[in-house]
Amino acid sequence: MPPVLSIFERETHETIVGSKLFQRGERIAIGASGGKDSTVLASILKTLNERHDYGLDLCLLSIDEGIKGYRDDSLETVKRNAVQYDMPLEIVGYDELYGWTMDQVVAQIGKKGNCTYCGVFRRQALDRGAAKLGIKHVVTGHNADDIAETVMMNLLRGDLPRLARATSIVTSSAASDIKRSKPLKYAYEKEIVLYAYHKKLDYFSTECIYSPEAFRGSARALIKDLEKIRPSSILDIVKSGEDMAALVPPELSTAVACSGDNEEAATGCGSTNGRSSGGEMAVLEKRLAVEEAAQYRETEIVLPANGNSLVQETLQVKGGSSIHDKKKPARKKVVKQVMGRCDKCGYLSSQSICKACMLLDGLNKARPTTEITVSAEEEEGSTTLMRHVAALEISAS
Amino acid sequence: MGEPTDASTTSTSTSTPTITITVEFTGGLEMLFDNIPFHHVKLPAKNTQGQVVTIGDLIPWLCENLMKDTRKELFVLDGNVRPGILVLINEADWELEGEDKYELKDGDNVLFVSTLHGG
Repeated sequence: MPPVLSIFERETHETIVGSKLFQRGERIAIGASGGKDSTVLASILKTLNERHDYGLDLCLLSIDEGIKGYRDDSLETVKRNAVQYDMPLEIVGYDELYGWTMDQVVAQIGKKGNCTYCGVFRRQALDRGAAKLGIKHVVTGHNADDIAETVMMNLLRGDLPRLARATSIVTSSAASDIKRSKPLKYAYEKEIVLYAYHKKLDYFSTECIYSPEAFRGSARALIKDLEKIRPSSILDIVKSGEDMAALVPPELSTAVACSGDNEEAATGCGSTNGRSSGGEMAVLEKRLAVEEAAQYRETEIVLPANGNSLVQETLQVKGGSSIHDKKKPARKKVVKQVMGRCDKCGYLSSQSICKACMLLDGLNKARPTTEITVSAEEEEGSTTLMRHVAALEISAS
Repeated sequence: MGEPTDASTTSTSTSTPTITITVEFTGGLEMLFDNIPFHHVKLPAKNTQGQVVTIGDLIPWLCENLMKDTRKELFVLDGNVRPGILVLINEADWELEGEDKYELKDGDNVLFVSTLHGG
């Protein structure tokens, strides 16, 4: 075995043990897209679980977004992986959950902005898939490069509250009782690719046909350019992201976590995996909750009393400026986020209607009546119900 | 000048020593090369300046002679292999082998792996 493989395995084991990621006997769903990251994750978790006797019960959980020529092919890879790694596989589809495939969404809204829908839907789909299996912990293949990209994107958008979600190895939120973790958080993408190559892993390497998302693409190019000059830049950015996240008051990060059923979308695409659209997400949020938009971009940071007094002073001086005064009233709301259930689908949400239902509502209203009749045969569910409502509205008008 | 192309190639290939290497593309890069991952490539052992042929010479050669896709920028940027593409020479990271300065030998295996495609 080339040394690069054993080093990578040892480092991943150290991350898992050091962060106390798993408990003995825990059932773990691996978010599997068939791509390199999740395939390496499945392979290495199987190896380490056996070698170090973690006592984990592993399975694969895949999301079928309904993208012909992309996801159908990559799911074939996941099906082979299930056999290769001897793990059960569960596939949940946007079609059954929401009544819409991504192909249909794109036919309706066009390619621009479709990643937003995909990201919001995926977040819930993974949770629902895990819930279906009775599993409380989903691991995803996010690697150090993905996280560095997201850190850069959040910085460039001035969105520090999101950093905590992006950089924590384990995230759980009030929006879900299912824990997420990223065991490959400190693994360079390069190591993952080399591991997959040397272990001759069977993975799928085609870009999503709808994907190219300009902002993440630029952040990605920046990271890769930096890596060329100084390879450790990637982990250094991850580290900086963690340190900055620690400076954000918890109520700010929590508010973001609660209000976004989809906060992982910032790192969420490529299936459970990295390429979704933080930028579009920010746009969406502004559209969905205009009054909240200012809170996300709130830059005033008041540190807890035990914080660095020098920094605190500086920030308070800044806080006194007129710009911040204007924003201040908005901030109270951030702290008081109340978790409830979506009125439409019952999914945990901080708003009365969860983000997925809002998006679906928009889609369903615009859906041609003929389409509605066809797909209304599907299982009785909230989305179907909404389609009936949409149909009524259309026929009434 | 005026000579048929095949004749001139024949004369060069007989007069100059050549090396044969294997070039491999994975991780989605094979898409740019007619979806063929493995290629046997015959190169002159010396470049136009009469020096031993290097990876630095190989890369433009691949673009001109092997790539079927017009999107060269997915493989080469600013004259270098696009950042995010790993290059392995006989299974070792090319960063350990002098990168584009590496002098190719007969029988070498050069692998290009894209890390840029979705997970």
